[in-house]
Formats: sequence, structure tokens, C-alpha cells
Amino acid sequence: MESPKTTETLASPGLDPMLPRPFVLKSIEQENVDTWTLELEAVDADGDLAFEPGQFNMVYRLGVGEVPISISSDPTRPERLLHTIRSVGAVTGGLCAMKPGEILGLRGPFGNAWPVSLAHDSDLVFVAGGIGLAPLRPAIYQVLSERRRYGRVVILYGARSAGDMIFAEELETWRGRFDLDVQVTVDHATGDWFGHVGVVTTLIPRAGFDPTHTVAMVCGPEVMMRFTVRSLVDRGVASEGIYLSMERNMKCAVGFCGHCQFGPSFICKDGPVFSLPRVERWLDTREV
Amino acid sequence: MSITALDSLLKEHPFFAELGDEYLELIGGCASNVKFAAGEQVFREGQDAKGFYLIRYGRVAVELFAPGTGSITIQTLHEGDILGWSWLLPPFRWHHDAKALDLTRAIHFDGTCLRKKCEEDPRFGYLIMSRFSQVIVSRLQGAQLQLLDLYGKTDHGKPEND
Ligand SMILES: Cc1cc2nc3c(=O)[nH]c(=O)nc-3n(C[C@H](O)[C@H](O)[C@H](O)COP(=O)(O)OP(=O)(O)OC[C@H]3O[C@@H](n4cnc5c(N)ncnc54)[C@H](O)[C@@H]3O)c2cc1C
Repeated sequence: MESPKTTETLASPGLDPMLPRPFVLKSIEQENVDTWTLELEAVDADGDLAFEPGQFNMVYRLGVGEVPISISSDPTRPERLLHTIRSVGAVTGGLCAMKPGEILGLRGPFGNAWPVSLAHDSDLVFVAGGIGLAPLRPAIYQVLSERRRYGRVVILYGARSAGDMIFAEELETWRGRFDLDVQVTVDHATGDWFGHVGVVTTLIPRAGFDPTHTVAMVCGPEVMMRFTVRSLVDRGVASEGIYLSMERNMKCAVGFCGHCQFGPSFICKDGPVFSLPRVERWLDTREV
Repeated sequence: MSITALDSLLKEHPFFAELGDEYLELIGGCASNVKFAAGEQVFREGQDAKGFYLIRYGRVAVELFAPGTGSITIQTLHEGDILGWSWLLPPFRWHHDAKALDLTRAIHFDGTCLRKKCEEDPRFGYLIMSRFSQVIVSRLQGAQLQLLDLYGKTDHGKPEND
């Protein structure tokens, strides 16, 4: 299916899900060397912006192309829409180079949500690697907005180095809360880092949660998720209680084109969030 | 620390689990308490590896020194972790630097004393060797994952330009 190519295709809300809706870039903030957070505002101010944690939008850089990007903002404040984007190619690079006031197109929100309510009365552990903290952040906000419904809440975050972290200030704020256990680790460090060093899986064996009553939500590159789920299972967390966000590339986002087929599932319409038993055998598959 | 306190500490630690009273006594006979101030060097690469440490509290950074770059921390160890395996294998020299990040208390186990006991009692030697193999394997796995660059490069499949 062809991506929309011209500004004339930008649509009004509620119309064809294949037509992007115009948004203006309100502000853009650099997170690290290759990642930026974009704050967007709908041009048609009265359109609905509600979304669920884990959902994504198809973000269209006019004249360049369209890519799926998770929403990284607070679902309880949907009027403030944020996308955190790592510049890896033509479209993401084009989006990260935008200036406030410029227009882009959005289709969405698409996809299913992190099952935060399934974790009521259980411990909840979020494990994020690199840019993977962005799709998890809305779920963290959601949980913090109803903190009393959960047992222990643990956030384990791994980045290549201190400079590669995203949301560093917010992690520091969360770390100061008594009702959250936030642990950050980097792969290697020089003298200016005083925290944990080692890959994120090394935090799992000693993290403070009861594995028999835990729901885990994991997001990061597939290789990181593969090793993370192994450590969680080794710790005693049931496969059924482990959820992953699969971010293989997609095109139409509505289940037509087959670009994002992952085994028997389409990431765009069945995911991106899957329980481990649904994707387990595909995680170890080299080509899907 | 009294003999009984050391004894119960070793008994409760998973690393020494199922060694049995007799062997725990042997190990206890090679142990002594040590303390490092924050920033103090525990050992340096190339020095004689005189034994291993069980960290009781505090944190230790395992570092590699690279000329021009300085010290790079490749692992941090915490309460309950085992530090050091070079004492067990020739040439009995440390492969890394180790530095206390906070005030750290540990139990030091004398390598010469333990190696002697391993040689005298091959079953004891096997039990020690298999436990340290796990330490070495887990360090190797950590290094392999760091090499894989878990968070940086994405391998999610190629977008097609059709
Ligand atoms: C559901 C979903 C949610 C996503 N959320 C985010 C997000 O919040 N933030 C973010 O920065 N990115 C996110 N991505 C990934 C993002 O869509 C891709 O990085 C983007 O499509 C790359 O397009 P490009 O034109 O910039 O690069 P291209 O020129 O298309 O590709 C550049 C390089 O990136 C690789 N690549 C392309 N797509 C992906 C992908 N999906 N995953 C990994 N590598 C890829 C290519 O193999 C190539 O090496 C998400 C993807 C999915 C499917």
C-alpha cells in the first residue's frame, strides 16, 4: 500500500484511518545524541486525542514518509501528546530535524494497550532498554495515577552509557519516590557514573518483587527482550504474566498489507503488546 | 566476626549452599574480615590474586584500564556478590582492577590456603571449581551481552521499499 505523499492528503478527524490528520510541532527536546521528544498539537483543536498506554501513531513527515511511533506521554493528560523518536533513517531523521511551528501528519492511535489493570493487586515490574522506555512511559504514568491499586512497582532501565539514557531527569524524580523502586544500569561507564554497571538482565535476580505475584512489561530491542524474558522466567515469573511490545516495522497499521506479520500475528492489529506465550517461539526465530 | 556468625553467613549464602558442615569449616578456616573505604583500590590488574571476596555490604566496581581513555567500569558488584576468580587459575594474577565505590565490608578467602585444601581433597576441589565456573560463566555472559549492544542497534527486520 502506498504511503500518502502530499500535504493535500492530510484529513480531518474521524475520517478514513488511512488519511493523516495535521498536527503542529509545539516543541522539540533532545534526549540524547540521536533521540528527540516531540510535543504535538492538533491543528483542529476539537479532535479527540485519547489513547491507551502502549498505543502508537503513524507519524507522517510531509514529503518524506510515514513511520509507526509509540506515544510516550501521559494517557491521563491526552491533550499533551508526546512522541520520542530515535533518528535512524530518512523519516525518523526528518522528524527529529523539524522546527517548532512546522506541520506533520498523524494517523492513529493504533494497536492494543499494556494490560495495566491485569496487574491490580500484584507486583509490577517494567523492564526497558534504550528507547524502549518511551512506549512504557504511558503505562508507568497510568500506574502512578492509581498507585494504590498495585503492590510493589519496580522500574529496571538499561542503556548503553549514561549519555544514552532517555528521560534521565524523570527517572531521577521517580527514584526519589518511596512507592517506586527505580534501578538504572549502563553497559559500561567512566568516572562520572556512580550507579550500577552491567546489562539490564543483571538487575532482575535481586530486584524487589515477588515473582509468583508479578506482572512484567518489557520493551526494548528484540535481543534485549529475549534475554530479559529468560531472566524473568528464571526468577520465577510466569510466562503468562510477561508482556512485550514488538516493534517490527509496519506500513498500513490496519492489518491490510502484511508488512508487520510476526508468525501468525500482525503487530499492527493484534499488537504491538503481546503476552510471552503468544510470541515466545518467534522471539528465537531468526527470520519471520 | 565470630566463628558462629561466619558459619551461619556462609550457610545462608547460595554460593556455599549444600557444601556441608565439614567443608564450610575448611572454608571458614581460610577467611578473614576486610574493609575498604570509598574509592579505595581492592586490587589492580596484574597483581597477585591472593584470594576472593564475598561482599557483605557496599559496592565494588570492576574496571578495565585503557590508556588514553582511563578506567572503564564494566561491572558493579553488591552485597552478597562474589568478587574474584583469578586466584583459582594460573598465573594467579588479577585480570581487572577492582575499586570500592562506597565503604565496603567483605570476607576475604585466602587463595593459597583454599588451593591447598582443593589439592588435598579433590571432591572439595571439584565443588569449589564448579561454583567458580558459574561465576566465570556469568561474567562471560555479561560480557557477551555487552558486546551485543543490547539497546543500541535494532535488529527488528528490514523495512521494505515497495
Ligand atoms: C509499533 C511500533 C512502535 C514504534 N515506536 C517507536 C518509538 O516510540 N520511537 C522510535 O524512535 N521508533 C519507534 N519505532 C521504530 C520506528 O518505526 C522505525 O525506527 C522507523 O520506522 C524507521 O524509519 P526510517 O525511515 O527513519 O528509517 P529506515 O530508513 O526505514 O531504516 C533505518 C534503519 O532502521 C531500521 N529499522 C527500520 N524500522 C525499524 C523498526 N521498526 N525497528 C527497528 N529497526 C528498524 C532499518 O532496518 C534500518 O537499519 C516503532 C516501531 C513500531 C512497529
